[in-house]
Amino acid sequence: MDFLNAHLLSAILFIPAIAALIMLLLPDRPGLLRWYALIASLIPFALAVYMWSNFQPSAPGFQFQEQHDWYAAIGSSLHLGVDGLSITMVLLTTLLTPLAILASFSVTDRIKPYMMLFLFLETGMLGVFMALDLLLFFVFWEVGLVPMYFLINQWGSANRNYASLKFMIYTMGGSLGLLLGIQLLGALFGTFDLAIITAKWNAIQGLLLGYPISTVKAVIFWAFVIAFAVKVPIWPFHTWLPDAHTEAPTAGSMILAGVLLKLGAYGFLRLVLPLYPDQARDFAWVLALLATAAIVFGAFGSLGQSDFKRLVAYSSVNHMGFVVLGIAAAALAAGTQDAHIAMNGAILQMFNHGLSAAGMFFLVGVIYERTHTRDLNQYGGLFPLVPIYGGILIFTSMASLGLPGLNGFISEFLVVRGSYPILTPYTAISMLGLLFTGAYILKGILKVLHGPLNEHWAHGEHKLTEIKPREVIVMVPLMALILFIGIWPAWILDVINKAVTRLF
Amino acid sequence: MTFPFLSVIVFTPAVAGMVILLIPAGKKNVARSIALAAAVLDIVLALSVYVTYLTQHLVGYQFIEQYNWLPALGISLHFGVDGMSTPLILLTGVVMFTGVLISWGEDHAHVQAGIQDRPREFFAFLFILASGVFGVFASLDLFMLFFFYEIAVFPMYLLIVIWGWIQTREYAAMKLTLYLFLGSVIALVGALAMYWVAGHNTGTYTFDMLQMEKANFSPQFQNIWFLPVFFGFAVLGGIWPFHNWSPDGHVAAPTAVSMFHAGVLMKLGAFAALRVGIMLLPEGAKYWSWVIMLCAAVAVVYGAFIAFVQTDFKYVIGFSSVSHMGLVMLGLSTLNKAGLTGAGVQMFSHGIMTALFFAVVGMVYDRAHTRQIPELGGMSKPMPWPAIGFIIGSLVSMGMPGFSGFIAEFPIFLGVWQTHWLVAVIASISIIVTAAYVMLVVRRVFFGNMPEKFVDHVGPVTRLDKLAIGTLCLLMVGIGLFPAIMVPMVQTGVEHILHLLGGA
Amino acid sequence: MTFLSVLPESLILLLAVIVLVVDPFWKEENRRNLGWLTAAGCLVTFIVSVVFARPGDPIFTFGNMVSFDWLGFFFKMLFIFGAGITALFLMDHEKVGRRGEAYVLLLASTIGMCLMASAADLVMLYLAIETTSIPLYILAGFMLADDRSTEAGFKYMLYGAMTSAVMLYGLSLLFGMADTTNLYGLAAALKTGQVPAGSILGIIFLIIVGLGFKVSIVPFHFWAPDVYEGSPTPVAGFLSTASKAAGFAVIVRLFVIAFPDFAALPVGAFNIGWTTILAILAAVTMTVGNLLALPQKNLKRLLAYSSIAHAGYAMIGIVAFSQLGTASVVFYMLAYIVTNLAAFGIVMTVGRVVGSDEYDAYRGLSRRSPGLALVMLVAFLSLAGMPPFGGFIAKVVVFAAGVQASFVWLVVLGILNSVVGVYYYLNVMKYVYLYRMEGEQEANCPIALTRPYVLALVVLAVGVVLVGTIIAPWFGLSSAAAASLF
Repeated sequence: MDFLNAHLLSAILFIPAIAALIMLLLPDRPGLLRWYALIASLIPFALAVYMWSNFQPSAPGFQFQEQHDWYAAIGSSLHLGVDGLSITMVLLTTLLTPLAILASFSVTDRIKPYMMLFLFLETGMLGVFMALDLLLFFVFWEVGLVPMYFLINQWGSANRNYASLKFMIYTMGGSLGLLLGIQLLGALFGTFDLAIITAKWNAIQGLLLGYPISTVKAVIFWAFVIAFAVKVPIWPFHTWLPDAHTEAPTAGSMILAGVLLKLGAYGFLRLVLPLYPDQARDFAWVLALLATAAIVFGAFGSLGQSDFKRLVAYSSVNHMGFVVLGIAAAALAAGTQDAHIAMNGAILQMFNHGLSAAGMFFLVGVIYERTHTRDLNQYGGLFPLVPIYGGILIFTSMASLGLPGLNGFISEFLVVRGSYPILTPYTAISMLGLLFTGAYILKGILKVLHGPLNEHWAHGEHKLTEIKPREVIVMVPLMALILFIGIWPAWILDVINKAVTRLF
Repeated sequence: MTFPFLSVIVFTPAVAGMVILLIPAGKKNVARSIALAAAVLDIVLALSVYVTYLTQHLVGYQFIEQYNWLPALGISLHFGVDGMSTPLILLTGVVMFTGVLISWGEDHAHVQAGIQDRPREFFAFLFILASGVFGVFASLDLFMLFFFYEIAVFPMYLLIVIWGWIQTREYAAMKLTLYLFLGSVIALVGALAMYWVAGHNTGTYTFDMLQMEKANFSPQFQNIWFLPVFFGFAVLGGIWPFHNWSPDGHVAAPTAVSMFHAGVLMKLGAFAALRVGIMLLPEGAKYWSWVIMLCAAVAVVYGAFIAFVQTDFKYVIGFSSVSHMGLVMLGLSTLNKAGLTGAGVQMFSHGIMTALFFAVVGMVYDRAHTRQIPELGGMSKPMPWPAIGFIIGSLVSMGMPGFSGFIAEFPIFLGVWQTHWLVAVIASISIIVTAAYVMLVVRRVFFGNMPEKFVDHVGPVTRLDKLAIGTLCLLMVGIGLFPAIMVPMVQTGVEHILHLLGGA
Repeated sequence: MTFLSVLPESLILLLAVIVLVVDPFWKEENRRNLGWLTAAGCLVTFIVSVVFARPGDPIFTFGNMVSFDWLGFFFKMLFIFGAGITALFLMDHEKVGRRGEAYVLLLASTIGMCLMASAADLVMLYLAIETTSIPLYILAGFMLADDRSTEAGFKYMLYGAMTSAVMLYGLSLLFGMADTTNLYGLAAALKTGQVPAGSILGIIFLIIVGLGFKVSIVPFHFWAPDVYEGSPTPVAGFLSTASKAAGFAVIVRLFVIAFPDFAALPVGAFNIGWTTILAILAAVTMTVGNLLALPQKNLKRLLAYSSIAHAGYAMIGIVAFSQLGTASVVFYMLAYIVTNLAAFGIVMTVGRVVGSDEYDAYRGLSRRSPGLALVMLVAFLSLAGMPPFGGFIAKVVVFAAGVQASFVWLVVLGILNSVVGVYYYLNVMKYVYLYRMEGEQEANCPIALTRPYVLALVVLAVGVVLVGTIIAPWFGLSSAAAASLF
């Protein structure tokens, strides 16, 4: 147990990857591979829950820290650790991965590589949340791309080639600036350890590369921001997202929306704000503007879609806009009570959106699997045919819409409450955006479940079948958490709040 | 008396080559078996040298052997390896081994894989070349370095002209030979000048590089001779604007020769440029480093763009080699710890990667009889191993973290940041371009629909091919995950170079 | 000692007499075996000389006519080696192989060469040169029924007579100025300031005309391609190797011993002397030889031009005017003789079967006779200056001497030229290894090799590799040869 406690993070981090490698040796039997992958992904979840229960929210700094030699030559090490901020994300990731794998039981094409990629993807994502070393952060940041690229490219739908390459190039192009910035920091300090770099970087004075330090910092600040903005995505860097989400296989979309987008926001919290507090404050209005644009245009974009999956995809732009709005507010007024509230909201929103977006994409996948269409106009009046599915869909949509009593309300309320005194006009416009959030979600429900029944789905070979128990099982944990957080947010907000108060 | 590792490594291929020539022409398999045996012996010895050097934490020149060769002129057969050359010895062993494996040749209804025509001569010439390559990496005597260098160059002509691609082989082989020969003899003049001046300065006329390192060449002398010497060798390293021979040569060469050529020979140029140019003329290197950096940066970006627009599978790889070797030169030009370390690792990483690339290209071409990317497609179905190998190679090539390419490229960029940061920014463009073109190639060649004409005509690869692919992939991933198995060793070599640069 | 100093010449003379005597007694179909006899005799001479007649410190015999030193001895051994190999090549020549006169003339010429290498007196020198040349004139035109051969012999003789007359004029002027014909006395007699430097350089130029003809440097090279092409191939090989080396033996000795003061005289800002003249000639020779070799389609003509180019490279060593330079020339000659004899041997072998020396005759050679192709590869790569063959080391030492003497421009030119050389040598190898015979039936038309060829080619191929790899002993001998002049 001591060993486990000492290596808890690396266990969580590497078990999926190791399991993926072992999978290489397994015989090609679909059932075996599926269950193996599921169990392999449940172990990290169990460990993450264990870690959550042993986590002390009030203790300062990072917990469960581990440091191993990795690339000593350039001063980079395998330095892992979690605080209130990242443990939430670790929990989210380890939760969503088994669900996504369970959701993928319907995949029949090349199961082994598919499952392996998923497990590798989990390691990549977890690594970003755990890394306390700048280079390591980047390593996992990039590593996550590859499995996702192949998941979209190989198991995606019709337009997958275009979407996957766009995803890859956008994200890599975005992280180019991040890479260069990290290189500069590494070249400057000879180490990549986040704590050391943060301390030294904030203390640095004078000229750098022949320019005033503030100029250099501003440039690198933007390099970082663009990298993370692409991932979040913030308008106008979001155009890869609807394509990627739409073309990705169901489980891929779940993870993409549920976790990958959070990587970007996490980058803001973990790197941008601590490393560039001044620049963040100076440019917070830009972020706020872009966040507002994301919220409004995301909502409008969503409203305009006739493709169910694209509708959900644009809703991610909209929801992640709130995260960024909260971050911008916190950056502008760091240290104030309002800022803390906004930040709490932003982080909780990350978690919540992870739950609801994953759920929504899954539900879209469920109906797509049966109808082989995502065109909203092809549906209509399906509620009587599939009442359970309809109920689940309405429940999840309401969470996404921000219905009080469900989780989305809590986080969006906190963001708005915190931001309002700081960024009044932006918040006001964003709240108008919320109105359209309601509109597009209701439009989605209306088009799918209500209205006149499309007879095509009622009889014969096209008769719509009800959601299967396995699929319900995927949704149950998500719905439970959605409800639980909505009713009693304190269990998670406590952890987040203590971290936020210390950090920002 | 310790076992003479290096001389056995160096001379085994040549001896094996001669033995092969004595075998009756009909017994192709005997010739192949002898070739394989020699290759196995060499890779085992190279590996043991490598492991010894690594695990015993050796520094400086080790495994030293010295035999008089021409005492009158101070020439001796002086072997020894340091942290820079040990990985390259291993690299040569690996490429030789895998090269023999994929050249084995196996008669198959639709597959003309490997070398069927005059395998005797093929292996003999290839092995003489290998001896030359080993010799250059192991030589501590300037004259012997040239001696082996030329031995490594001329068999290339025959190998390309006899077994090469029928359309361009005569032109490409001659172009290659003349470029390389001219470059090396120009460097030779510089080396002779160094010999006389060093003798004049120190009183002993010797080609021993360990002695010449202490020769105190005047800065003026170094400034005059550095560029001819460095560029003379760097021609073989494919430095822009003298890279022109290289893609043509790669494309025209038969598979195993392309592997050797891009995998090892280009390293020969970079290595010799380092050992003779930078290490013996450090002041000149400092004076001219900006020229090298400029040329290297152009090579990096230009090579990537040109690779992007190629439609011939093999030309893509050929130009990507120019781009990647540009990174090696970029690392060398920084003259600092990070840059040189990166260059050292990149030499190994690129060698393995490009050997793998060419091996896969060869396998595809042998079966599809075309290398035009638009005509190919869906190759991953019949040939999963080459597809996976190529994907891993691609990830290495785009500098994806977790693979050796990242481990190599990152310090190079770090080093460039410390000297001319703008160059780092410009050179980083190549990362995106590289990602774009390798991913496009992967998708178009290995995925998508297989054209009708290939269905049932493209067979799987042989077991030997798989072994070769597996070996190469293992190395790339191994170094990517555990840089400690190579980087510290390279660093010991770099320390010595830095000492020369600082002490001069 | 007196006798030992000319032991090789004496033994060769004896051999020639034996051949002459035996010749009429053997039936014509057996006369081919005279080649074995000659080669064996050369071998015996070689061994006996090496065992019993090695020189020590330089001494002069026959009234200071002959110098007995390592320089002469080394070259003599080279000539005898060359003569023996050439005898083997001659044996199976259709028109020449069965005629005893050929072997006798070969040996007579060899005697002349040996004396050239050791001559210490202008008179001796001139006599030796003529002794060498006259039998070669005859050999070149030996095939009377063949117009080209007759033309070759006649052309060679006209050129030879003309140039040796010019040289004789120069030698007589030299005698007039110095009042001595002894080489070793000339230097003392011709001190700077006492004699007009300009006229000495003029005299030197006259001498260069004669010697330049022997070693075929530009612009005295015009005979070479035609004569090589027309003569019996083994004779051409002998002309391009031993005869050329003999010329170099004389040049080395003459310039170093007789004109040390005139190597480089200060003229304004420059140093001008015979090194300058020779440097320019070397540059022109390399360049012209190589460039003219490029368009050739006939292997014998190619080798003619390449041998011109090689004379240019070797001259760099003389231009360097140093002990290393001299040693490098001597070494160059060793490597060159072995290599070029192998090249001509292959031309002979292939020409005999295919009946042509054009490049096209060599198509598919590697499939018809892999071994022969390999020897050819070795020889040509050595000519191109690639390791691990003799040509590489030879070029490097010559260049090293050039750099040492600050003739960097000449060395760079030499390097550019050797790149050109690589082009045309490899171009030939393309015919051998890449191109197919018409009908692609190579397996059915192997190249028949008789025993003398096998023996000679194996010896030469091994020699080329040995000279290129185990260089220390050879270089030691070359250095010893050079040391006897300094």
